Amino acid sequence: MLSADLLANAVVAGILLGGFYAAVAIGLAIVFGQLDIVNIAHPAFIIVGAYIAYILNSRFGLDPVLIGLAAAPVFFLVGALIYRIYFLAFERTGQESLSGLAFFFGVMFIIEVVLILIYGVDYRLVQADYIGQTWSLGFVDFPLRMLVPFAVAAALTAGIHAYLSRTFMGRAIQAVAQDRLALQLMGADPVRIKQWAFGLGIATAAIAGSLLIVIGPVEPSVGRQYIGRVFAIVVLGGMGSIQGMFIAALILGVVESMVSTFVGPSWSPAVAFGVLALTLALRPAGLFGRQ
Amino acid sequence: MRILKLLAGAVAALAFSALFAVGALAQQKPIKIGFSMALTGGLAGAGKAALISMEIWRDDVNKKGGLLGRPVELVHYDDATQPANVPGIYTKLLEVDKVDLVVSGYGTNLIVPAMPIVMRKKLVFPSLFGLAANEELKYDRYFQIMPAGPAPKTDWSKGFFDLAMAQNPKPKTVAIVAADAEFALNAAEGARDNAKKLGLNIVYDKTYPPPTTDFSPIVRAIQATSPDIVYVGSYPPDSVGIVKAANEVGLKAKMFGGGMVGLQFASIQKNLGPLLNGIVNYDFWVPESTLDFPGVKEFLAKYLEAAKGKGVDPYGHYLPPYAYAYLQVLGQSVEATKGLDHGKLAAHMHKTTFDTVVGKVKFGKNGEWARTRTLQVQFRDVQPDNLEQFAGPGKRIVLYPKEWKSGDLVYPYKQ
Repeated sequence: MLSADLLANAVVAGILLGGFYAAVAIGLAIVFGQLDIVNIAHPAFIIVGAYIAYILNSRFGLDPVLIGLAAAPVFFLVGALIYRIYFLAFERTGQESLSGLAFFFGVMFIIEVVLILIYGVDYRLVQADYIGQTWSLGFVDFPLRMLVPFAVAAALTAGIHAYLSRTFMGRAIQAVAQDRLALQLMGADPVRIKQWAFGLGIATAAIAGSLLIVIGPVEPSVGRQYIGRVFAIVVLGGMGSIQGMFIAALILGVVESMVSTFVGPSWSPAVAFGVLALTLALRPAGLFGRQ
Repeated sequence: MRILKLLAGAVAALAFSALFAVGALAQQKPIKIGFSMALTGGLAGAGKAALISMEIWRDDVNKKGGLLGRPVELVHYDDATQPANVPGIYTKLLEVDKVDLVVSGYGTNLIVPAMPIVMRKKLVFPSLFGLAANEELKYDRYFQIMPAGPAPKTDWSKGFFDLAMAQNPKPKTVAIVAADAEFALNAAEGARDNAKKLGLNIVYDKTYPPPTTDFSPIVRAIQATSPDIVYVGSYPPDSVGIVKAANEVGLKAKMFGGGMVGLQFASIQKNLGPLLNGIVNYDFWVPESTLDFPGVKEFLAKYLEAAKGKGVDPYGHYLPPYAYAYLQVLGQSVEATKGLDHGKLAAHMHKTTFDTVVGKVKFGKNGEWARTRTLQVQFRDVQPDNLEQFAGPGKRIVLYPKEWKSGDLVYPYKQ
C-alpha cells in the first residue's frame, strides 16, 4: 500500500494539520510555557473565537479568518482582565497551583454553559470561498480548508516569535518567566508584564477559533478534545519555546497523519503520545527547552 | 327570542362545563412521566429537540383532558450526556419525585445505564434511539421507538448493501470505516456481517478516534484500496470532516455513506450543500410523500414554532417525530389499559399496532420494531447555501425499504 503518492500526501496533510495544532497551542505556549499558568480554559476561549467567526460570517458574510484577526484585540483585553482577577484572587496569595486550576476549570464550564444558553447546542459552521477548494502540485493535494489555517498559523508563530525576541515587552515577558525577582530589581512590574502576556495568549485564541471553524463544525464543548493535545505540544516543544512548539505541533500532525494513512487511524493518538513520552524520556525539557 | 335565550343558555352551560373540566383536570393528581435527557454535552442538540417534542405531546394531551382524566407532567433532569449521571437521575425520579412512568433519555449510551434500575422495578421502558441497547439485557418491558428493526445491528445497514447488490455490475469490494464509539462500532459490525453474507470483499476495515481533526489521510488510505462502495459509521463532526475530505481527495467510490450521523441535521445539510449530492445514507423521516403519516405535518408545524431561537435543528425531521411518538405509544397504552399497571401496559405494547406520527408502530419480541424501517435516502440536486430547500421533498429521495420508496438509486452518482 506504500506509494510515493500516498506518502507525500500523508506528509503534507500532517504538516498542514500540525500548523493548525500550532495555532491552537501558541497561546498556551505563552501562558503555560512562559508564565506557568495552567490555563485549562484556553480551548474554551478558542471556541468563543469560533462562535464569533460563525456569528459575523453568517450575519454579514465576512471572512472567518479576518474576523478572528479583528477579534484578537478584544480577546487581548478580556485576557488581561481575567489575569487581573486570577492575580488578585490566587497568585497574590500564593494559591495559584490548585485553586488557580480550579478557577480555569470554572471559567471553561462557564464559557460552555453561556454558549449553550445563548446559541444552543447545534453544530455551527462557516462559509468561505476557499472551503472546499483544493490546489494540486503534481500528485500532492493542498486542500485550502487546511492550507489557509496552516499559513495563518505559520505567520502567527513567526509574528509572536519575533515579538518575544525583538521587542522590549517581548523580552520582558521572557524575563518574567525566567527570573521574576531580577525583573523587579530592574524596576519593571512583573504583574503588568504577565497581564500583557496573558492577554496576548488569549488574543491568539480568537485567531485559532476562526481557523477551527474553517476546518470543521463547532459546538460549545468541542474544545475539550484539544486540551490534552495542546498541553502535550507545549511540553514536547520545550516549555515556553515558540519555535519548539511549532515544530512539536508539526511532528504531532505528521505522526498522526502517517499512522492514520498506513497503520490505522485509531492508533494515531497512541503513537503521537508515544512520541511525546519517548522525546521526554530522551530530552526531559522538550525539544527546544533549556536543559 | 326564545331560541336565542336557549342558545345563550346552552353556550353558557358549555363554557361552564369546559371551565369546570379544566379546573377539575388541574385539581387531579398529575400522572408524572420521568426521564433523563442530554441537555448539555455532546448529544445536547438532539436531546433538546427531543424535549421540545415531548413538551408538545404533553401540551397536546393535556388540551384533550390528559390521561385517565388526569393532567400529564414531565419530570426531567439533564444527564449532561454523561452515562454516569443516569442511574442517580432514575433513582431520584422513582424514589423522590415518585414518578408514575419512566421513559429513556436520548441515545444508546444514556439508555443502558438506566436499565438495571428500571428492570428491578419492573417498569415499562419506552426508549428513544438506542441501537441494540437491549441485546444483552433482553428485558421484556423495553420498547424501542427507533425503527432499526428486530436485528438492529445488521438491519441498520441492510438497506445500504441490498441497494448496492441490486446494481449492475454488482460491486465487489467494500471499505468500512467507523468511529471508535458504541453506536458507530455497532453499525460497522452490522455492515461487516452484511458484507460477508453478500460475498463482498472487505478491502479496508478500520476505526478512528472520535476527536479526529483532519480526515483526508483516512479517505486517502481508503481511496488507495479502490473500493466499489464505502460504508461509514460516524458522528456529526466526523461526518462533516469525512464528506469534505472525500470531496477534496476526489473519492471515486460508486456508493458512499450508510451510517453517518449528522447528515440528517439541517445546519449541516446547509453547510455541506452540493457536496452531499449522491451520498446514500440512513434516515428515519424525510418530507417525501411516501412518509406523509397522519399528524406528522401538524406536529412538525408546532415543532418549527417551538424550536425557534432555541439553537436546535429548525425542521426536526430526524428525531423529534419519534420523541413525540414514543410518548404517544405510552399514552395510548395508558388509555387502553385504563391504568398504570406496568404488567398490563407491557402486554398491551407487545400485542398492539400503534397509530403514531411516525406511522404504524408494532414492536417485536425483543422490544425493537417488528420490521425494520431504517430508510436509505440519496441526496439529490442539493443547491449551495440554502436551508429552505430541505424543508420540502425532492432533496432526500427514499430508496429503501420498498414500501416507502420515492425514487430509484442513481449509481454511480454524477454531479
